[in-house]
Amino acid sequence: MKIGFAITVVLVVVLVVFNVAGVFLGDWDRTPVVASQQGYRGLGMEVVSNPRTNAALRRLNVVPEPYPPADPGGPRASQIYENVQVLGDLSEEEFTRLMSAITDWVSPEEGCLYCHNDENLADDDVYTKVVARRMLQMTQHLNSQWQDHVGTTGVTCYTCHRGRPVPAEVWFKDPGPRQAVGIGNRAEQNAPADSVALSSLPYDPFSPFLSDAREIRVASTVALPSGNRRSIKQTEWTYGLMMHFSQSLGVNCTYCHNTRSFFSWDASPPQRSVAWHGIRMARDVNVNYIEPLKPSFPEHRLGPLGDVLKVNCATCHQGVNKPLYGANMLQDYPSLARSGP
Amino acid sequence: MAMLSFERKYRVRGGTLVGGDLFDFWVGPFFVGFFGVTGMFFTFLGVGMILYGAALGPTWNIWQISIAPPDLSYGLALAPLKEGGIWQVVTICAIGAFVSWALREVEICRKLGIGYHVPIAFGFAIFAYVTLVVIRPLLLGAWGHGFPYGIYSHLDWVSNVAYQYLHFHYNPAHMIAATFFFTTVLALALHGGLVLSATNPAKGETVKTPEYEDTFFRDTIGYSVGTLGIHRLGLFLALSAGFWSGICILISGPFWTRGWPEWWGWWLNLPIWQ
Repeated sequence: MKIGFAITVVLVVVLVVFNVAGVFLGDWDRTPVVASQQGYRGLGMEVVSNPRTNAALRRLNVVPEPYPPADPGGPRASQIYENVQVLGDLSEEEFTRLMSAITDWVSPEEGCLYCHNDENLADDDVYTKVVARRMLQMTQHLNSQWQDHVGTTGVTCYTCHRGRPVPAEVWFKDPGPRQAVGIGNRAEQNAPADSVALSSLPYDPFSPFLSDAREIRVASTVALPSGNRRSIKQTEWTYGLMMHFSQSLGVNCTYCHNTRSFFSWDASPPQRSVAWHGIRMARDVNVNYIEPLKPSFPEHRLGPLGDVLKVNCATCHQGVNKPLYGANMLQDYPSLARSGP
Repeated sequence: MAMLSFERKYRVRGGTLVGGDLFDFWVGPFFVGFFGVTGMFFTFLGVGMILYGAALGPTWNIWQISIAPPDLSYGLALAPLKEGGIWQVVTICAIGAFVSWALREVEICRKLGIGYHVPIAFGFAIFAYVTLVVIRPLLLGAWGHGFPYGIYSHLDWVSNVAYQYLHFHYNPAHMIAATFFFTTVLALALHGGLVLSATNPAKGETVKTPEYEDTFFRDTIGYSVGTLGIHRLGLFLALSAGFWSGICILISGPFWTRGWPEWWGWWLNLPIWQ
């Protein structure tokens, strides 16, 4: 009897302490909340959010005032400046206007000299200038070739950079938490990671899908899985990437899926097809624009495993389903939308 | 239905909460009472509305019939019958019928002079239901947050609402509720097994007393909760399961809008290992 009593008391105390800790330390939301409905009534496809958090997010997603329009006439930038490879057909005024805007968007603290050599602005010795040129080509490519994802809203340097030379949300191959040699194997998961919204899913869901072109669909399409060789690990990669989607867009699974059948396009909201293109767009950016730039980057701009800092959904979206709440900056800088290489 | 000779002894007048002697009678084996009448009323009206809704719907397939709540845009207002109003009427009828049933149980308890444990226990089930279709929708600001009345459709709702919070197994109250559900099953299996083991002796042996039952658990785990205690424990476990189920859905939305895994940030940030 005494043992039982003692055990009960200990259990109750542990439970109470744990509950009280959770209740007081948890970062709770509160009513009133706001909700939007994604599917048919009663289907439970909704996004519930906290209007206070949303208001804070809106303040973080204000678009800078555009520069006053420039005179498109006069000599071309390529005739006046040397080594203008991408934007040479702009007028001089348009060219300097865009350069000023880029400085505001990318290196407002560091200024022009973040990319340019003070002695000779045309010099390609500064690595950031080489990277910036490629990024301009990438921006043009996204705006002209990836309208399935970016629509006519498009992207500018500001969509990702937001006044920082290195965008706040980037990813690199994750070495994972330190672990004693020979003791267990986390199998690159089972450690709460920001990349997967603090779940125990694999903490690098990006390499398989946003760098390599692994198949994201793991569900079998026949009643009894016959010949489906996909593993639990592959499934968890998929789920991990989906956690990242939800986290970086401020939405949840039901924004793109009726969870009764994740794979069924019939039951999915149209947003899912936008996301489908988004996966391929991010991969295109990483594989064709960012990873080839690796030799240009100095050591301190690489990840701990020596790979270049790459993009994922959060790089542009930053917690909002439409980056910058769908503000169209591109219309003020149309040269970023022409088709580039 | 025949009545056993001693049954009449327990069929006594009085104990009613409402209606005095008016409904204080039995129909066959069933006590009626005021709440028997209201229960029948709500049941027939509610089932009738469900049949009406099913008739309006696209199918008579029993698995696929669904009575859906209104769109969120109706907020906390009444919706037209065909736009979720049927769901609202059915919800009122369901609560009316469940509460009537509980109060009819209370009246029977009063007749018998026994405690109210059964209606209180049933009250926890009603609480869980009311949480889903009244309390949480009120807190979220729209009846459309309730679940649809349909065999498949309510499962779709459960799945989708869980995925609204990315991974529902990280919901702390869901963890507690699931633990209580499993523990209830464990306790019931142990209790059922123990009673049957003592009361089904081998041929030629006598039924064993509770001392044998107590000794079994003293020998195995050092402690026996006892013949009365196991029923207290069982009731506590079962009611806790229902209670925490209600809490786990109540906090999802009104008090937490993000993925449940993220809630555990406080744990990761404890100064012990942060």
